[in-house]
Amino acid sequence: MKTIYKVPSAITSRDTTYCPGCTHGVAHRIVAELLDETGLTKKTVIVWPVGCSVFGYYFIGTDALIAAHGRACAMATGIKRVHPESFVMTYQGDGDLASIGIAETVHAAARGENITTVFINNGNYGMTGGQMSPTTLIGQVTTTSPYGRKPELNGFPLHVPEMLATMDGPAYIARGALDNPQHINQAKKFIQKAFTAQQKRLGYSLVELVSTCPTNWKMTPVESIERVKREVLPIFPLGEFRAVKGVE
Amino acid sequence: MEKGVVISGFGGQGVMLAGELLAEAGKEEGKYVTFLPSYGPEMRGGTANCHVIVSDTTIASPIIGYPKAAIVLNLPSLDKYEPLMKKDGIIIINKTLVPREVKRDDVRVLQIDAQHVAEDLGNKKVVNMILLGAYVEIEKPVKIETLKNALKSYLTGRKAELIEVNERALEKGAEIARDFMGVK
Amino acid sequence: MGEKLLMKGSEAIAEAAIRAGAMAFFGYPITPQNETPEYFSRRMPELGRVFLQAESEVAAINMVYGAACTGTRAITTSSSPGISLMQEGFSYIANTNVPCVVVNAMRGGPGLGDIAPAQADYFQATKGGGHGDYHSIVIAPHTVQEEADLMFDAFELADKYRIMVVVLVDGLLGQMMEPVEFKDWVDVKKFKTPEWATVGQGDRAQRNILISFDILAEGLEKMNLVLQNKYAKIRENEVRFEEYKMDDADYAITAFGTVARIAKTTIELARNEGIKIGLIRPITLYPFPEKVIENRASNVKFFFDTEMNEGQMLEDVKLAVNGKKPVYFHGRLGGIVPTAEEILDEFKKHLGG
Repeated sequence: MKTIYKVPSAITSRDTTYCPGCTHGVAHRIVAELLDETGLTKKTVIVWPVGCSVFGYYFIGTDALIAAHGRACAMATGIKRVHPESFVMTYQGDGDLASIGIAETVHAAARGENITTVFINNGNYGMTGGQMSPTTLIGQVTTTSPYGRKPELNGFPLHVPEMLATMDGPAYIARGALDNPQHINQAKKFIQKAFTAQQKRLGYSLVELVSTCPTNWKMTPVESIERVKREVLPIFPLGEFRAVKGVE
Repeated sequence: MEKGVVISGFGGQGVMLAGELLAEAGKEEGKYVTFLPSYGPEMRGGTANCHVIVSDTTIASPIIGYPKAAIVLNLPSLDKYEPLMKKDGIIIINKTLVPREVKRDDVRVLQIDAQHVAEDLGNKKVVNMILLGAYVEIEKPVKIETLKNALKSYLTGRKAELIEVNERALEKGAEIARDFMGVK
Repeated sequence: MGEKLLMKGSEAIAEAAIRAGAMAFFGYPITPQNETPEYFSRRMPELGRVFLQAESEVAAINMVYGAACTGTRAITTSSSPGISLMQEGFSYIANTNVPCVVVNAMRGGPGLGDIAPAQADYFQATKGGGHGDYHSIVIAPHTVQEEADLMFDAFELADKYRIMVVVLVDGLLGQMMEPVEFKDWVDVKKFKTPEWATVGQGDRAQRNILISFDILAEGLEKMNLVLQNKYAKIRENEVRFEEYKMDDADYAITAFGTVARIAKTTIELARNEGIKIGLIRPITLYPFPEKVIENRASNVKFFFDTEMNEGQMLEDVKLAVNGKKPVYFHGRLGGIVPTAEEILDEFKKHLGG
């Protein structure tokens, strides 16, 4: 008999709390598969964020912490510096990482901390009810940009990988998406390289994952996937933005 | 016996070094000591002072509100400490930079043209040591010899060549103080 | 114990922390305590330990938080405005039950204030400071020697109760030099990763999850009760204070840290005039030595509290005295350090009443 579907052993038996059509589940699965494949699960500490994935430790079965909002990279720095043999990850959304935690992120990257960040970009604050975030698109309606995001009022979306790729500290920076199987496979490859960067102690690694938020986008799951392709990916293009020698 | 002194002048005149050296010497003699520096945003050139207490018993407050002894290296320091001096206290003044007489007649005053004495010794930066030597000779919180030994732990490396002139400055100050006390 | 070294308080704190087994320092520059991180930056690499200058106080305390979650002895030091920025981290650390040590060299406030010595962060340190019902153990040394000694106790208490310990000093205690003799080095080779630490599950049967979070109120109340039980034990067992010349005292001064030291001179001056004053000096500000103050209320005519703030510990003294005797107060603000003579003059205003 051939196994065509298996739950990764790094995934717990608990049902997720995410909304239908949310891609957090896909992101969790990719991370869990890679933890299985690399054999890192029992060495791993994940620093979870404040946001929808605050409950991430329910679903991925590693040692876990929850940082204060935005502080995951600082907390992960503290762990990794005193315990370099641990595999240390942060998992953060766009409000957490790109707004309140941008300083911690940029400086962890600048220092070349040997930690790995999975950055879920769904263009809004999901848990608090869909407010505007730094990656909200121009014209996008949210609960705090009811007339659409206006550049003269709110400035422009922040492109985190492009920004970090200008720095010397990061070892690996990429952006993937979770809107179709090809992209999901590509995203997994990106995260695998990010893991490699940490394992080889090459410096900071971050993979942004363009994600959906059907509930706050007020769309069906299918519509939200279509919106990613139609509206989001033209603004947030996929690819690798920085990969130092040795990352593979 | 508790002996406290305020040392005050411009930043860069060696106020802190003089105070630290006195404290180190006190410690070397097994006494209780406190060294309390003033500090400000300006690292150089501002007014600096320190309070040093040397005592045979535990020291409570390290702050000298009303000094029995003051070493005054510039005019603002005299303006500040003259009114605070205890009766019969001693003010040792760098006369070169303090162009006025002490107004009070209930304190002892030793004026030393320290800048010129320093130049005669061959290093104009040893003003602080001349004045410190005078103070130590008059009030005897520590022995001059202990101060000289303490110099060795502060002036190390390239600064070690300055030990000799600083020792001579301490001795010169003490000599001036002996003349002063003889005259009295 | 070894030879006596003439050291600044701010450097003695660092050396003592290192000897007490601090394995990691994270911090951000702020006057008047920069000598402390500078000292760590020299010494920690020599010993193969961690020194990291963070991008902000916010990041620094969260690095401490991360390191603490691995069961590693970690420390940060700062001064009032920086400590304000760390309050979020303090609150998370409290409810995660992880140990760490924080030194606050208090300066004049509010706002940017100045860099002169002050004691105006008493409320912030002893009553919580961040959000939620929590406390840290707060200890207040009054000499350089005591600063050095209490750093050892700070790490021991932090580990014993899995709690943050705040060492509350000021710029005066930091800048002042005194001879100091250090306790013996703690043998860091004996340190073991605690069972609760999050370093990766390894051979453990269960994974460890260290969080300050329970979305259900019933669960969060239980977490709170764990904290409150811990605080009750601390109040029962860890109160420290000094009574100075209290045996024959007609009056008691209450003061902590720098001001307590100045008050000892006030007491000498007063006794030279035949006025018998003693001093009750809380060494732990939390837990507060309320019983000793309450007991002394039957011996003395009144209490005189003096601080470099507008009367913060005064409230705890009044609660302890509980109306049995008058409690008077003299404070200086904004970084002014009172003299012993000034305190005595203010004290005398309440005599003969």
